[in-house]
Amino acid sequence: MKLKHLLLGTATLTSMVVTAIPASAAEIYIPLLTYRTGAFAVSGAAIGSGMADYLNMLNERDGGIGGVKLNVEECETGYDTKKGVECYEQVKSKNPIVVNPYSTGITLQIIPKAAVDKIPILSMAYGLSASADGQNFPWIFNPPATYWDGASMFVKYIGGKEGGLDKLKGKKIGLVYLDAPYGKEPIPLLEALAKDYGFELKLYPVPASEAQNQSSLWLNVRRDRPDWIYMQGFGAMNPTAIKEAIKINYPMDHFVGNWWSGGDDDARPAGPQAKGYLSFTFNQTGTNFPIIKEIEKHVVEKGKSLFPKEKIGETFYNRGVLNSIIIAEAIRNAQKISGKKEIDGSDLRRGLETLEISAARLKEIGAEGFASPMKVTCEDHNGHNGAFVTQWDGTKWNKVSDWISPIKEKVNPLIEQASKDYVSANAGWPKRSEPCDKSS
Amino acid sequence: MLYREAGQYKTNYATDVAVFPLREDRIGLAVILLIGFVVLPLTANEFMLQAVLIPFLVFALAAIGLNILTGYTGLVSLGTGAFMGVGAYACYKLTTFFPQVNIIVLAIASGLFSAAVGALFGLPSLRIKGFYLAVATLAAQFFLSWCFIRVPWLYNYNVSGAIEVPSRYVFGVPVTGATATPLTRYLVVLSIVVLMTWVASNLVHGRIGRMWMAVRDMDLAAELIGIRLLPTKLLAFAVSSFYCGVAGALLVFFWYGGAESAVFDVNQSFFILFMVIVGGLGSLTGSFFGAALIFILPIALRVLSPAVGLPLHPSTVEQLQFMIVGALIIFFLIVEPNGLARLWQIGKQKLRVWPFPY
Amino acid sequence: MDLLYKIFIDPFMQMGQAPDLLVQTLWEGLVSGVLYALIALGFVLIFKASGVFNFAQGIMVVFAALTLVGLYALLRRWGVAPGDLAAYLALLLTIGVMFVLAVAVERLVLRPLVNQPDIILFMATFGLTYLLIGLGQLVFGGESKVMIAEDLHLPSGSIEVKMLGGFVNFQKIDIAAAVIASVMVAGLAVFFQSTRIGRALRAVADSHRAALSVGISLEQIWIVVWFAAGIVALATGIMWGARSEVSFALEIIALKALPVLILGGFTSIPGAIVGGLIIGIGEKLGEFYWGPLLGSGIESWLAYVIALLFLLYRPQGLFGERIIERI
Repeated sequence: MKLKHLLLGTATLTSMVVTAIPASAAEIYIPLLTYRTGAFAVSGAAIGSGMADYLNMLNERDGGIGGVKLNVEECETGYDTKKGVECYEQVKSKNPIVVNPYSTGITLQIIPKAAVDKIPILSMAYGLSASADGQNFPWIFNPPATYWDGASMFVKYIGGKEGGLDKLKGKKIGLVYLDAPYGKEPIPLLEALAKDYGFELKLYPVPASEAQNQSSLWLNVRRDRPDWIYMQGFGAMNPTAIKEAIKINYPMDHFVGNWWSGGDDDARPAGPQAKGYLSFTFNQTGTNFPIIKEIEKHVVEKGKSLFPKEKIGETFYNRGVLNSIIIAEAIRNAQKISGKKEIDGSDLRRGLETLEISAARLKEIGAEGFASPMKVTCEDHNGHNGAFVTQWDGTKWNKVSDWISPIKEKVNPLIEQASKDYVSANAGWPKRSEPCDKSS
Repeated sequence: MLYREAGQYKTNYATDVAVFPLREDRIGLAVILLIGFVVLPLTANEFMLQAVLIPFLVFALAAIGLNILTGYTGLVSLGTGAFMGVGAYACYKLTTFFPQVNIIVLAIASGLFSAAVGALFGLPSLRIKGFYLAVATLAAQFFLSWCFIRVPWLYNYNVSGAIEVPSRYVFGVPVTGATATPLTRYLVVLSIVVLMTWVASNLVHGRIGRMWMAVRDMDLAAELIGIRLLPTKLLAFAVSSFYCGVAGALLVFFWYGGAESAVFDVNQSFFILFMVIVGGLGSLTGSFFGAALIFILPIALRVLSPAVGLPLHPSTVEQLQFMIVGALIIFFLIVEPNGLARLWQIGKQKLRVWPFPY
Repeated sequence: MDLLYKIFIDPFMQMGQAPDLLVQTLWEGLVSGVLYALIALGFVLIFKASGVFNFAQGIMVVFAALTLVGLYALLRRWGVAPGDLAAYLALLLTIGVMFVLAVAVERLVLRPLVNQPDIILFMATFGLTYLLIGLGQLVFGGESKVMIAEDLHLPSGSIEVKMLGGFVNFQKIDIAAAVIASVMVAGLAVFFQSTRIGRALRAVADSHRAALSVGISLEQIWIVVWFAAGIVALATGIMWGARSEVSFALEIIALKALPVLILGGFTSIPGAIVGGLIIGIGEKLGEFYWGPLLGSGIESWLAYVIALLFLLYRPQGLFGERIIERI
């Protein structure tokens, strides 16, 4: 009989779920979809903390943005699409001004909903590359660069190392990637570039279930001996790949990860021999920026950060901070354009679309050189900004190249084509009805 | 007092074998249907529809599918996720080829494809039994998952590698895609689930269901009384996969609105298996209970923990929720190994003699 | 014709042309086979003694490794120095935790579920899996950790042997894994063959009721096997953690023990080992020589298909007991 009570209790609890709590006045609601649990928690905790800490710092220091307090709330997805979609529904009713999905799967799911729900999506350098096209995807933003930009920067970088892009002719280039939509993304671009520059592209897929069991794949690498390797990996796959590369004596300085393969926890487990491993990133590491110092002062010192103190300033943490910088700047911009203090999703969309974070502005907020200046326009929701190469010295990442800009003339046609394909495949895709604002 | 069979006479054979012999049961069912079709659409908000009810129905359907195989025929399968995936990808291909055809028809038709695939992977079941078979179905799970990634034809060579759901209209009303309201999608899913549950109920109560149960209880004995094992087991695999396939198609087209292959991974299979076992093996009602407990309980925990004022971080809640669900699974198994469905039966039995204990 | 050539001739040509790669592949297969076998051993121990198909074995691997690393970090923070002292202390404590876990599982899960059908017990271990995932993350955080291989004095680096016109690379940690696994297996075999508890355990495996009637305590046996499985899990966790990192993603690797199990038979310790080697070597050879035909990455399902084919031929596995069915 006790059990029946329990069941009844569960039933009543469930029915209580129906009533959602409306957001209270005079604040801006920013939900953060984070993944501090699950198989990928290592990057999720860093990114989530970075995002939350910067926004909380603004609250602590400035009382929000433009005098309006930010209501920052995390929703845990565990990198699971099912929970991500649930999170989206949960935050939707509270009038969020933006959603950061933080998983390719979740992004793909909510892209079609954005225009209907009038909630802009900010997928910072992940998600659907095609959504860089502002004409077809007015509600989706993926600055500062797409995976295609990343892959083209890689080719440009190794071209520079080899002494010119024409020197790539006859070279073998390997792509080690997670066998999932995310990992496969750079293939079409690299194939196109292989044709143009005459290099040979070798593909090495890592099935998600074999992320920590890659020895046979690296034997393939050993057999083929590619001159350069680009890695589009994630989570536990990265350190395993680095260890395996060490095992086959692959030169670390010819092994380049993309920006989700360049966390501190990706290289650290591989030990001292990982020294020399390269990775792209579009944000600086370290705490040597006034902006990070401010976060330390206002949030970390007060014990309000969930992130271990000694790890503040690591690549993925700082990337989370950059994500929040974009949100905060877009909010400021939106407040300016709309003339309202308390903005909503539509206002933020306009704010994002005319966002320009200049070098001067970066300096103003204490992030000089922290990231590349970026500019988003009506047509281009990405900006195709540059990134640079960092090298692991055994304990931390060091910048070893200048900012490299992507090969835009190769990337743009792919974006256009992909965007066109997406729209034609999704019959009834809404035409853009939102007017373009003048850039401020 | 209220629930009692006294005075209800069975005057012919048909009423004697009816699925719901009691008037009270029939009234109860009508009330549930009324709530499902009328009350909930009028009262539930978007979150409730989109994040709770639609997935609940989808998972319940998948659980019914697995229950037919595991609960009624006694064949444990860990490939449910993959069979759901076959349905989803089949539906996607079908609607690409025949954009004019009613998407609801296609969603059901896609079940046929997963039925075929399911029957194929069911072939080893004649020789392999028990946990050996469960592991063998993992071969199906991993192989099909691999296919979903590696056969670009399945996702129309999309650069994103995912399947996206186009807007489709039925009688001028959008039922899939972003413009379809959660309410429409809910009603479509509900109708399909009700229809298919009704079919399943007739199947398992009929000759086929009895054959399945005979095989479950002892296949050797079943063979001796003249049940041909291969067709019976394959039929169970096919029907089960059909249900799972339709559930997969519904999941992508009416809930997610787009999916990548990871949705149909091995964890999805385990998830459905939880529902079946916690709900009750060999019970259709149990499939619904199981889906409710395994899917809705975590959401309730998540949504309610801030409501009751617990100052916990969402990630902590998530971790606690894992522990609570795990503990509850063990707890329910200890208290009632035959699942929630058995508790429900006990409850009904008690109600019959209420207010007396016997 | 071309396809047939690629399937039946080309791979063997390659083996002949680059024998060093063949040896390397076989070695990799051997090492992963040993590690699969170690996980499978955990399953077999428990299945033999209690008939429970312990799905939680995979998460026990993660949990044990996490506990070790977490306790180590804690000890270091409390100022236990030097590092190796802390590491071995943490190792001992972790063994203690695994013992507590074994007792808790017996008390709270197995005892109330005695005499239930297999599938119910199987399901209960699912519950246990969830519980351990939640507990592990709650206590130690979800982030992946670096295995403390150095402080445990596990060897690192590699030995390169020039042979057959190329080189073969033996990672010292892999050699250590192979050695430790062999020692553990031998130790367990001796334990079960010639100690009193071991013999009692085999009696329990044959028949619970008969064992009870000759005065064997089921509770005690169950605690022993779960504890043994916990230690096996810890060893696996250390080895696999040292080869990559300690994270919850390791759990999925543990699934690989399932094809090993059905190949070797659920109840046979030698079966688990031979099965592990067949799966490990078969999977690496298949991926390396035949994988490129299908665009590589076939490792995710190859093991299961190998096991399935074996099963069709021998439904009880290589070393499983003959299935005799009576009405």
